[in-house]
Amino acid sequence: MNQRRYIRQTTLKGFGLEGQKRLAKAKILVIGAGGLGVPVLTYLNAMGVGKIGIVDNDEVSITNLHRQVLYGENDIGESKVITAFEKLKAQNPDNDIVVYNTFLTTKNALEIITDYDVVVDTSDNFPTRYLVNDACVILNKPFVYGALHGYEGQVSVFNYKDGPTYRCLFPNMPNENEVPNCNEHGVLGIIPGIIGNLQALEAIKLVTGIGEVLSGKLLIFDGLQQSYQKIKFKLQPKNLEIKKLQAFYEWNDPCEIVPIVSVDELQRLLIEKAQIVDIRTNEEFTNFHLPDSIHIPLNELEANSNKINFSLPVYLLCQSGKRSETALRQLRNAHPESSVFSILGGLNQYLAECS
Amino acid sequence: MEVLLFGIAKDIVGESQLQFTESDKVPSSVSELKRMISETYPEFGKLTSLAVAVNSEYAEDNVPLDRNDEIAIIPPVSGG
Repeated sequence: MNQRRYIRQTTLKGFGLEGQKRLAKAKILVIGAGGLGVPVLTYLNAMGVGKIGIVDNDEVSITNLHRQVLYGENDIGESKVITAFEKLKAQNPDNDIVVYNTFLTTKNALEIITDYDVVVDTSDNFPTRYLVNDACVILNKPFVYGALHGYEGQVSVFNYKDGPTYRCLFPNMPNENEVPNCNEHGVLGIIPGIIGNLQALEAIKLVTGIGEVLSGKLLIFDGLQQSYQKIKFKLQPKNLEIKKLQAFYEWNDPCEIVPIVSVDELQRLLIEKAQIVDIRTNEEFTNFHLPDSIHIPLNELEANSNKINFSLPVYLLCQSGKRSETALRQLRNAHPESSVFSILGGLNQYLAECS
Repeated sequence: MEVLLFGIAKDIVGESQLQFTESDKVPSSVSELKRMISETYPEFGKLTSLAVAVNSEYAEDNVPLDRNDEIAIIPPVSGG
């Protein structure tokens, strides 16, 4: 260890050389190298955490750069974990940086997490968050939670010394589309910087033993008001009884086969006057629609499914092909005998390729 | 009674807080509060996962409410 590098920390009362040695011995896994992951990685590395693992399978995109400040324009299209590895090594060559160029899955979660003392959840979706929770409960690892919504963020430490877990606060995953993510909802660049830094601080506290760990308390930060609220919550003991991971955490079974048709086929279907059901909103439909399509907005699909003739094949159309998959599941559950297809890529693809 | 709204709940209601003043009927429990908000804002009723805190403590649906309580409605957020 280069003593001089950390001298401002080792002279700090309450931290000292002992704190620095604990950091050097610590093994921290960061799940997600995005908006939250970048500040966590940057500070843990600068401060001298001995082993840092990074799990991500994304590439750097131009839309990341306003908040993921480790990356620059030259990195667009490159692997996030490889780019992060290079930059972190240049920042501080002392530490052991281990990259996992994969998303966290039910197949690899336990194997990866088991090697670390502390997990920092900097992922960007609910399925991964519930997977991290359950894997950490099974392996008895504390994890630092952080999540964002617009100008707000949440931070807590779960599963610390048999303390409460994520499921004690939010027992079950919300339904798909119930809560928007950053991609749909937008995020102010600085907010993940603040929340990620709060997470990094908790991770440092966990491995060095300084201060009071944010366990059993949810911190809610509102950037517009510059306000912090702390909510106390208790352990629900049944949430510590998880013994194995669920078969899958995605909203939909990844092995499920969604019947799709391509936009080329849509051209043929239009000529044949097949039954095309446009499930976009009234506004979208008024702006543009294909001739002879039946319009039932997605949120009225169940109530108005009598407009559909289920003895004929049903072709569901939306703007990008995402909502039509949701609609397909709804119709297939309600009418198991029917023959329903989702049009892949939706109108966007059709207009790009066929018009 | 002051109800602070976070995340998607704030977006649905369009305000960061709701006030129940002297003349308003005050909900008697957490579940009644959720029902009252849902009546005015039907989209709120579709949220299946919500944490509610009464005076900064996590509260289940059956927790009774008092006129002087400060309540926070906290949906899960996923962004990263």
